Amino acid sequence: MSSLTLHHFTTVNLHTIALQVASGECVALWGASGSGKSRLLRAIADLDPHHGEAWCGELQRSQLPAPAWRQRVGYLPAESHWWSPRVGDHFPATCDLDLTRLGLEQAALDWEIARISSGERQRLALLRMLAQRPEVLLLDEATANLDQENSARVEALIADYRSQQQAAVLWVSHDPQQRRRIAQRGLEIVANGLQEVTWS
Amino acid sequence: MELIRLGIGDLALASCLILGLALLSWRLRLGIESQLLINSSRTIVQLTLVGLVLKFLFDNANLLWVILLCLFMLGMAGYEVQARQQHRYRGGWGYGIGTLSMLLSSFTITLFALLILVGPQPWYAPQYSITLLGMLLGNTMSGIAIALNQLTQSVISQRGVIEAQLLLGRDWNEAISELRRQALRSGVIPIINAMAAAGIISLPGMMTGQILAGSPPLEAAKYQILIMLLIAAGTGFGAVAAVWLASQRLFDERQRLRLDRLT
Repeated sequence: MSSLTLHHFTTVNLHTIALQVASGECVALWGASGSGKSRLLRAIADLDPHHGEAWCGELQRSQLPAPAWRQRVGYLPAESHWWSPRVGDHFPATCDLDLTRLGLEQAALDWEIARISSGERQRLALLRMLAQRPEVLLLDEATANLDQENSARVEALIADYRSQQQAAVLWVSHDPQQRRRIAQRGLEIVANGLQEVTWS
Repeated sequence: MELIRLGIGDLALASCLILGLALLSWRLRLGIESQLLINSSRTIVQLTLVGLVLKFLFDNANLLWVILLCLFMLGMAGYEVQARQQHRYRGGWGYGIGTLSMLLSSFTITLFALLILVGPQPWYAPQYSITLLGMLLGNTMSGIAIALNQLTQSVISQRGVIEAQLLLGRDWNEAISELRRQALRSGVIPIINAMAAAGIISLPGMMTGQILAGSPPLEAAKYQILIMLLIAAGTGFGAVAAVWLASQRLFDERQRLRLDRLT
């Protein structure tokens, strides 16, 4: 149960922005392609050099080792990558996840990576990240390869995780209707800055 | 048995073979005749020069000259490692990593061989020191070059895989360990294969040379064994050092993968 706070954040496209996502809140993020959405998420997860400071609750990022920060602040890139032949090798040994919630069989952990579809990969990548119990979620087009039914399952799972763990969620989504479903407010990237958008 | 001395005429006749091959290449339009001629001339000039340098050194066996030549050889080997990389480290790092790991492996192993195993008088006698170091450097150089090239290439193509592991909270060491192992294996496999083939498929050059010069075959074999073992150790330790330093340089203090440090 932590909020996400950014101060004086500067990436390639964004200049000295500030941002706060409260604990248990979901904020939608969008902008033209190339406007720097993914770069912002990468910078928050501390994958690219940039300027600025971030907090996860009371914890200041620069005071934490990078792996500890990335465990707390889970970033799900648009494309998932896998390094072991078997799905289950990418999950913690003790993992009490319910795979059926995303329309997958529990036996999916024994599947071979090479034989699963892009939609299955996307859902498994989300579960792989949630298995680390992150306090903040940074989601990049988390339902891009999914049909309507599975998109709804992902949205429901994240909503439950958010309310149960009081996690802060920053979700990049191109779909205006999805944004209204999942998020309480929105941020649009306009001219190297963030513009707050509220909906009633 | 005495070494049969070669005259200039013998070498000139051997050169005629190359001229003949160049002629054939020209007639068949293979396009390799100019490279063939330039590089065989390089061989002639470089080996004659090194022969002259070694003759000078043997006549003036003093430690300073030996050290200077060794450092020159190390510098050239470092340059050669760098030249064989498809993706180089920016700044002096690529040169530094290769040279430092060869310094650590080749130089210490040569010293070990000179002081403890062979024991020439004086210990830096160029007939032993320069030749041993030369053989070690030549082989560790290619092992290190292959390992480094494999490391940087695989890191570039597997960037997503490394970052996916970092994102799950693994540290840089874990995230790159598999690629590091692969790079080390590819650097060391050529010398392992050479040890398997030695004497059965190929007669190693040094042993052939000693036998030509009149050494008893068993003595030549013993020297060749020593050299093979030293080369294998030097290549292995050198590649471990180089891959370790190089993989560390790919990450910064916040454990980010920094491909911008490569060209």
